[in-house]
Amino acid sequence: MTLLKSLEFAANARAAIADPKLQAALVNIRTMFQSGRARQVAATPEFEDLREAGAALKRETLANLDAYVARFVAEAEARGAQVHICADARSARETIAAICRAQGAKLVTKGKSMVTEEIGLNPYLVEQGFTPVETDLGEYIIQLRNEPPSHIIAPAVHVKKEQVAETFRAAHGNRPADRDLSTHDALLAEARAELRARFLAADVGITGANMLVAETGQMVLVTNEGNGDLTQTLPKCHVVVASIEKLVPNLDDAATVLRLLGRSATGQHASSYTTLSVGTRRPGETDGPEVAHVVLVDNGRTAMLGTPFEEMLRCIRCGACINHCPVFVNVGGHAYGAVYVGPMGSVLTPSLGDLDPARYLPHACTMCGRCAEVCPMKIPLPDLLRRLRFETHERKLTSRVSRAGLAAWTFLAERPRLMRAAARLGGWAMRLSGKGALRRWPLAGEWTRARDLPAPEGGGFVARANANRGD
Amino acid sequence: MTDLPAPRRVALFATCLVETMRPSVGFATLKLLKAAGVEVVVPPGQTCCGQPQYNSGDKAGAKRLARRVIAEFERFEAVVIPSGSCAGMVRVHYPELFEDEPDWAARARALAEKTFELTQFLVDVLKVSAVPGRHPGAVAYHDSCSSRREMHVHAQPRALLAAAGAEVRDVEHAEDCCGFGGTFCVKMADVSGAMVDAKAQAAIATGADTLLAGDLGCLLNIAGRLKRLGSPIAVRHVAEVLAGEPAAPGIGEVRE
Repeated sequence: MTLLKSLEFAANARAAIADPKLQAALVNIRTMFQSGRARQVAATPEFEDLREAGAALKRETLANLDAYVARFVAEAEARGAQVHICADARSARETIAAICRAQGAKLVTKGKSMVTEEIGLNPYLVEQGFTPVETDLGEYIIQLRNEPPSHIIAPAVHVKKEQVAETFRAAHGNRPADRDLSTHDALLAEARAELRARFLAADVGITGANMLVAETGQMVLVTNEGNGDLTQTLPKCHVVVASIEKLVPNLDDAATVLRLLGRSATGQHASSYTTLSVGTRRPGETDGPEVAHVVLVDNGRTAMLGTPFEEMLRCIRCGACINHCPVFVNVGGHAYGAVYVGPMGSVLTPSLGDLDPARYLPHACTMCGRCAEVCPMKIPLPDLLRRLRFETHERKLTSRVSRAGLAAWTFLAERPRLMRAAARLGGWAMRLSGKGALRRWPLAGEWTRARDLPAPEGGGFVARANANRGD
Repeated sequence: MTDLPAPRRVALFATCLVETMRPSVGFATLKLLKAAGVEVVVPPGQTCCGQPQYNSGDKAGAKRLARRVIAEFERFEAVVIPSGSCAGMVRVHYPELFEDEPDWAARARALAEKTFELTQFLVDVLKVSAVPGRHPGAVAYHDSCSSRREMHVHAQPRALLAAAGAEVRDVEHAEDCCGFGGTFCVKMADVSGAMVDAKAQAAIATGADTLLAGDLGCLLNIAGRLKRLGSPIAVRHVAEVLAGEPAAPGIGEVRE
């Protein structure tokens, strides 16, 4: 696997646009997710009220996050869970590995979890001698392909069905070579059979959580495959890994977020499975883990509180901003070279880590505003991206050419007569070198790769408009 | 905005793209405003609103230009801009830009409240229902992202075009950005190229022979791609058609 780098976004994007298989796969974003969300929103007249309510409850939670975390810890521990608060990725990885070690675990099943991607859990578990198996179909596919997810809710959205068949043939060598893998159903049946054995044999099950409910200590998990339930109920030990902003105060609030989540994410009024669980199996219960842990991951989040980037912590990971981003739908997720992609990723990646290696991500955006329009939590993503742009400029992380160009533009724009004279001169030169629209122009190489450069009409406006007034 | 008494004397902020690339949009705007019965002043100190600086991260540069615009335009009853993008900069972003300078923030807010995109001003403030131009036939209309999302302009240009006798056709996936994005189009030329190709193809698919929009940035971008594709679609700012100024050739076309 070659991991793409954020620093090479432009080159990654160029390669992605030239990749016909990827482009064919990305069509699904529009047909499945954009139209699905639009249908659900149209069928939910109170959707705007829900957004307001969702954003408000998250604002309140973040304003009192320490109290909600404390309440969650108390409630979850009262029901048999052990809660670990981890300041960074390393302590989270080590805590989880120590839990697995204490269980004498070999096989570890995993439900889909972006925060475990963020903390680099799978490579670490392998290094420590455990065998993690992803059980979400998309995650299973990319784990076999040794790729990172390209989307936070549709990790294998960049892979075509035919590529999945190739991957399964290579990975499942014990099956007949001439079997038919040409249909979605055949692929699904094979993945199910392979995973079923893993669910039953796993020693530890690790899942993420869509929410943590402070009042009850519960975690809320939504899936469309039920894999989260098999991961958390069959092994002896269940580990929930969740970042601290997943807290909601109570079950009513959880219900509000759930109504927003499915509609915004996949265009479903609810996901196929919504599971609430807490702690260990109690006397008389027929399922549930004997040992339960919750690993709360901070990893840079409390540092965002009290800053303009606190707004980003309202994110419920629905992916709507990603699905509606015109840059993402053209380049897919891998081009971003980051765990979190699209608009939310371009805010979160530099906020949680360092801006320097992620410096181009806030600029990989036309400021079209569609992400903010569809965000169920009303996060002002373009404004946050622009704040990061301010920082790239202040820290001189933008190109010298770009900074010089802006300085020259500002200098001219402060001198109206000079600016008009310069525009006349430039326009005259452009009109001399071509009629109407230019195929090439020395200063416009990037512009003219995809389009002609319309020549200026000439003559200017402000001076002539005032001359015509006769005063 | 509609409860304001209709201003009698307004300032026209033509924008730097109109000044440098397509002055006929400025003259068309003048004609439309005069036809609607208002006196129009074109303040001579005007240049650029500072949006290129703002969206490229140069907050200090943006503030320098914003202060000039505020000083130049704040004495007028209303400011009209033939661009959703530049109008959005003044109306939405100037107050944010000065969030840490209360005096300037107050002046920015006062200017923001009386700044309008052209078609919005004509329809919502002046209640215009007739225009000088006539354009029988189909036109494709592209809503710029800033017109649509920052200025909430959508119905206004359509109403005015209907008054000019035009049949307005929306392009497929009309909510998608055309890929201009200010300096984005040269910084991320490949992504921008893919986006403008989709927009140009969608414009061609409407079957209309004219593409209109209210923002020159989008228009130059889409016109450039249409020309590269060899399409004969004429690309114009909506003000040109509404004012009935067909003398100028379309954007990127040869002057006869």
